Amino acid sequence: MSFPWARQYEPKVAFMRYLDEKLPLPRLVYNATGAGYPVPRNLSYMWNFGSLAGFCLVLQIVTGIVLAMHYAPNGDIAFASTEHIMRDVNWGWLLRYAHANGASLFFVAIYLHIFRGFFYGSYKAPREMVWLLGVVIFLLLMATAFMGYVLPWGQMSFWASKVITGLFGAIPLVGEPLQIWLLGGYAPDNATLNRFFSLHYLLPFVIVGVVILHIWALHIPGSSNPTGVEVKGESDTVPFHPYYTAKDGFGLGVFLILYCVLTFFLPNALGHPDNYIPANPMATPAHIVPEWYFWPFYAILRAFTIDFILPAKLWGVLAMFSSILVWFFLPWLDKSPVRSGHFRPLFRKFFWFGLIPAMAVLFYCGGAPAEEPYVMLSQVATAYYFLHFLVILPLVSWFERPEPLPFSITEAVLGSDKKAVLQ
Amino acid sequence: MIRAIAILVGLGFTAAVVWAFGWGAAAVISQGYMVEPTAEHEFHQHPKAVSFSTDGPFGKWDLQQLQRGYQVYKEVCSACHSLEYVAFRDLVQLGYNEAEVKAAAAEWTVPSLDPVTGENTTRPGVPTDYFPSPHANAVMLAAAGNPPDLSLMTKARHDGSAYVYSLLTGYADQAGYKNEDGEVLLEEFPDAKTPTGLYFNPYFATLNFGMPPPLVVDGQVTYADGTEATIDQMAKDVSAFLIWTAEPTLVKQRQTGWWVLGFLIFATVLAWLAKKQVWAPVTPKRRKD
Amino acid sequence: MAATTGNAHPDALGPEGQPGEEGVRRRDFINIAAVATAGVGGAAMLVPLISQMAPSKDVLAQSTTELDISGIEPGMAIKAMFRKQPVFVRNLTTAEIDAAQAVPLGDLRDPQTLRERTKEGHGNILVTMGVCTHLGCVPLGTVEGENRGDFGGYFCPCHGSHYDTAGRVRKGPAPTNLEVPDYVFTNDTTIVIGQEAA
Repeated sequence: MSFPWARQYEPKVAFMRYLDEKLPLPRLVYNATGAGYPVPRNLSYMWNFGSLAGFCLVLQIVTGIVLAMHYAPNGDIAFASTEHIMRDVNWGWLLRYAHANGASLFFVAIYLHIFRGFFYGSYKAPREMVWLLGVVIFLLLMATAFMGYVLPWGQMSFWASKVITGLFGAIPLVGEPLQIWLLGGYAPDNATLNRFFSLHYLLPFVIVGVVILHIWALHIPGSSNPTGVEVKGESDTVPFHPYYTAKDGFGLGVFLILYCVLTFFLPNALGHPDNYIPANPMATPAHIVPEWYFWPFYAILRAFTIDFILPAKLWGVLAMFSSILVWFFLPWLDKSPVRSGHFRPLFRKFFWFGLIPAMAVLFYCGGAPAEEPYVMLSQVATAYYFLHFLVILPLVSWFERPEPLPFSITEAVLGSDKKAVLQ
Repeated sequence: MIRAIAILVGLGFTAAVVWAFGWGAAAVISQGYMVEPTAEHEFHQHPKAVSFSTDGPFGKWDLQQLQRGYQVYKEVCSACHSLEYVAFRDLVQLGYNEAEVKAAAAEWTVPSLDPVTGENTTRPGVPTDYFPSPHANAVMLAAAGNPPDLSLMTKARHDGSAYVYSLLTGYADQAGYKNEDGEVLLEEFPDAKTPTGLYFNPYFATLNFGMPPPLVVDGQVTYADGTEATIDQMAKDVSAFLIWTAEPTLVKQRQTGWWVLGFLIFATVLAWLAKKQVWAPVTPKRRKD
Repeated sequence: MAATTGNAHPDALGPEGQPGEEGVRRRDFINIAAVATAGVGGAAMLVPLISQMAPSKDVLAQSTTELDISGIEPGMAIKAMFRKQPVFVRNLTTAEIDAAQAVPLGDLRDPQTLRERTKEGHGNILVTMGVCTHLGCVPLGTVEGENRGDFGGYFCPCHGSHYDTAGRVRKGPAPTNLEVPDYVFTNDTTIVIGQEAA
């Protein structure tokens, strides 16, 4: 898709003309990320996180492949092979810490990317498919990260795998056989570790495929923008290259500075010390917690403590999965014709004073011990979370009176648009 | 239609979690406390404040201290604790030369097989060997009380280096022991009395520790460099040694980090200027007032 | 933060435009500098990625193989392992030593005397790698009854290289003699391969 004023690909170099004729890859790149792709001129830095997430994907794949040259996915030697990487492999310490902290940074980018989507209504028509594919990517990312954390076969690796595979046992009727099938045994052991390694290596490439679909689906309508008003004319856009290549480049620099501080100076700050203890099926750690990026969902899982028609454990599992599944339905839950939160006063209030604090509480409580007051706090936050998406958003989109929109992006940026016609 | 189902599902989850909240709140109100006060909760001590040469982003190894710490490990700790991820050849990082490393390795005996009869035997270590475990197998380890391997101890505990130091210097007499609030442990929690076979140490999570105090007297080790071996000094030195065993590349990480950070800041400044320059044609001009 | 949101006011910040040729060159410079710096960064990232495939510290650590050679009778050889590769240790008979010393150096593709390939005082013990210098097969000749080639030493069946009693190549495609590794005699019946002579 492109707008009628999009620049056409005109190769000047003979070799590029030849290549483009045989395999139109140069044309594809030009039209997707080059000067041939018009993008709204008013994108804020909140639009950087897609490309940053893409960078993280490449980074994780590259560091992951080289780590796999030294890692041994067998229960008896996995922990030792990780220490071999840290101590003996040339630059091994850097590759390991880059990969571990790269995962954290990937989730930082992804959460900011998703919350941009929440606030600016990026999930609304005509971009529903982009959104659905994005939620699929997020689920795949969570699976990949979970399996990756199991691989060092430390105490947290083992017990996290025990808890998460144990959740499947909560499913009525088929739960236990399903759990045994997933584990390849009765508890996480060598069979589990080996298959997690295989799948952890595979899924990132599946993610690459879905990301390509995600970007393709986006390029049909083109990017949205902070006003939520669709592109109307040439003055609303700038070509992706060099405008957004430059802006993404700068954003990447800032992002990498943060990444560098973590990887080189605070490499274990986001990790858990217990994972430096080799896995011991006979001794449970005092507090089992997943990595920080799973904390909100862990808090939701642990919030359901009392049976209520259904067993509490089943509620927890259903709620944890539903908390992400509701995102699939957003385009149909939030029916407001106004996209951007900038022009939706009631929506904004619930976003900043409801959803964001609830997520903050869920993040914090997910990493805390399963004691009071954290349990009660997670319960309140969980209640709000489900109310927000399933009750508040539909009702707000019904009752809200939005603020007047600018005629066009050009008007929003320059103050007036010569093409604007008095309504 | 979707919205109707959504509202029902949302109310369903909310009802279940509010129900749980109600019971939890009722329990807290009737008990009168959030978390049950236990001996561990009231009397456990966080690690002492202690500094090491490797602290901070500009930290450096103190090779003399590491050598002293190695001596403490060898003469005191190795009786019970293995160091399985460290090889003798790694000792070259402590400032020993190749001949000294060979000699250091030869001071240890490692398990071996007789090349003719195939019987289990021992032989002196060579640099490529790893530090041998004092226990022949897992059963003997359990019989000895499961003393953990120390290679990664300072990374496997929160604030690990301070924790190890505090543990080694923190053994106290339980009788009359008070916490900061002045509460006497055995008066508040008589059940927390240290069972026989365990040792009271408030820096340990459950207060009663399986390891008897390993550093009992000043001068327990005679340092090769002549430093006075007080208990405090030995504890500091072996803690520093364990920082090295856990993360031998620590200083190198930070040194590389400064270079990378410097380059990235430079590159980001350039990227910022380039971005502003690229965007200049479409950035609305500041109106001159 | 750049103020490029939809609500940007006309007063929004922006640098002065710089028209004219001078300005164009200045403009390009910063872009080129930024891209070049990014390129340097990208190239630097390759260093650890490539270096990690080189042998790790544990592999590089000097490893040695200690052998008891007292059981090797004259005329016999053993095949042992050194750094995961075969090594041949042969106890040469007097006839074999004489045959080796009789060969004129000019006849040899890779001229070396037997004395150069053995240790002082142990001229009958020949230690060589069991790796053909052509393409790496393991030559025959250590086991009783194996083909020892036309020169009574070792024979490589892969492409027909013949080595003599001193392990020197005499015929066939191999370019150099069987490699003599570093080794020392710690006593008359024990050698340590991989240890350099003091």
